Amino acid sequence: MKRTLILGVLGIAALAVAPMVVYPILLMKILCFALFASAFNLLVGYTGLLSFGHAAFFGTAGYMFGATTKLWGFSPELGLLVSVAVSTVLGCLIGSLAIRRQGIYFSMITLALSQLLYFAIQQIPMLGRDDGFQGIPRGMLFGVIDLSNDITLYVVIAVCFVLGIAAVIRVVGSPFGQVLEAIRENEPRAISLGYAVNRYKLLAFTLSAALTGLAGGLKALVISYESLTDLHWGTSGDVILMTLLGGMGTILGPVLGSAFVITLQNWLADKVGEWVSVIIGAVFLCCVLLFRRGFVGEGLAIWRRFAKGRSQPRVSARPAAHSVTQSTFVEQPTVHV
Amino acid sequence: METIFGVPLNAFAGQLVLGLVNGCFYAILSLGLAVIFGLLNVVNFAHGAMYMLGAYLAYVLLTMFGVPYWASLAIVPIAVGILGVVLERAFLQWLYKLDHIYGLLATFGLATIIEGLMRAQFGVSGQRFPVPEALTGATNLGFMMVPTYRIWVVAASLLACFVVWLLIERTRLGATLRAGTQNPKLVAAFGVNVPLLVMCTFGAGVGLAAFAGVLAAPLVQINPLIGQSLTITVFAVVVIGGMGSIVGSVVTGLALGVVEGVTKIFYPEASATVVFLVMVLVLLLRPAGLFGKGN
Repeated sequence: MKRTLILGVLGIAALAVAPMVVYPILLMKILCFALFASAFNLLVGYTGLLSFGHAAFFGTAGYMFGATTKLWGFSPELGLLVSVAVSTVLGCLIGSLAIRRQGIYFSMITLALSQLLYFAIQQIPMLGRDDGFQGIPRGMLFGVIDLSNDITLYVVIAVCFVLGIAAVIRVVGSPFGQVLEAIRENEPRAISLGYAVNRYKLLAFTLSAALTGLAGGLKALVISYESLTDLHWGTSGDVILMTLLGGMGTILGPVLGSAFVITLQNWLADKVGEWVSVIIGAVFLCCVLLFRRGFVGEGLAIWRRFAKGRSQPRVSARPAAHSVTQSTFVEQPTVHV
Repeated sequence: METIFGVPLNAFAGQLVLGLVNGCFYAILSLGLAVIFGLLNVVNFAHGAMYMLGAYLAYVLLTMFGVPYWASLAIVPIAVGILGVVLERAFLQWLYKLDHIYGLLATFGLATIIEGLMRAQFGVSGQRFPVPEALTGATNLGFMMVPTYRIWVVAASLLACFVVWLLIERTRLGATLRAGTQNPKLVAAFGVNVPLLVMCTFGAGVGLAAFAGVLAAPLVQINPLIGQSLTITVFAVVVIGGMGSIVGSVVTGLALGVVEGVTKIFYPEASATVVFLVMVLVLLLRPAGLFGKGN
């Protein structure tokens, strides 16, 4: 518990200092994707379900935010609310279809359904088709806070981000989160213990979709533009990479992973042109082959080995105390689907 | 002029044939996917990329080295198959013991790399591949005129599927393969070199995808992205049909191609999505898939 608190305080301090060092728009983009990856991690890291279609929620929420604020003149907070509501409903629908099959089929179904949504939204003239949806206004939050200032907007995004991460930590630490982990570790046993596994999976999927919707809406607010790229399965792949690279099943992992990937993409974009996707693909492959536990997972493994060598008895006394706080940061890297 | 449901018969039959041609590609690709998944436990996300490589290789061989279509039809699948073997040895062989998702993710990474390399080399503009001399023009089937090349594609694809079926269901090699799918440890205990079998299966599977790519070359604008959306459609086909049976994946592939063709006639806007809608329907009514046994 104490460690969570310290990490939390450090994180918020980092958020406060960051805009002085990093270009605010890039930083806000990172935060949006970090929230996206954290929501995604709730599913892949803690429940063991690999969705290959999370871009569907991210992009749809972005488009909903654009449509409500620009076409119908909603205020930003209302636009966000609608975005989250729509992606929640969508998550419930797609989730209830996808959990009908297990394992690799689950991934293929989510991928196919997100592609369905991609084609559907591409057909809607109102949303700009292949040109994307441009000129999304930043507007006035609650009618009083002007978001056109980058720093003001940053504060709003950072607050949403912190609330989103807090929600993830809360879910993971709850008895509900423990059941999710039980499903990930051994689904048949969870069933035999009497848990309605499918209901848990669906709820996890819906929660993840809702948070992803928040991230998508915020991203549209930051960039003032929404395009089909956000709906494309390439984005689903990106968020998988972020989560995997940072460390599945850890709180910090997806945040670090998305910071790394977005910075890399941003840095490479004007340098290597078409080679960006080659490099991203290579990073992906290396990650899958060499460090499946991601930055945080591998770091923790090294740290534990180090700590073990230093004080043998203290560590050997620990295994029984597999407390909630510990399990949120120290996770087995393998994902059982 | 004769009409069917208010659509001129010619247009109707034309779309039907086009749908059948697409269905053939779905069938070949989902067949390869199923065979690979059966033995390797890897859902090959790079399958569409291999198809794309097949089409490009045929194009490059023709334009740079003057290799004719017919030679490409034999050379390209072997070349891509060898590439597949190399990729399997270099990357995939380390993942078999792990969860299925890592195979999917590794091949996703591979697909991204391959497509990125091709884009860096060739750009995204489409290239044209001429229809081979012998197959130009149209053939009169008695009730309609069909471009000869399309008839050839359907015939060649069905033949390829039949050969694969024969190989797997009726030969000793196929029996070993099926046994390997069921219980690789036991097969290894009988003295079969399972890693070799796995390697060759992957090579053959992606070679099949490349074969489809060569067949498709004269029909499409060849660009590095032609494999992408095909991969996802084939995934949906596999979800609908299940990966358990060869006949199942071929029939499902063909049927979905035809369904797509028919949709193009009556409601073109939905033609890109109809396969996914069918998938939703199947998931609602028969969650295990049309030919699947359980999950």
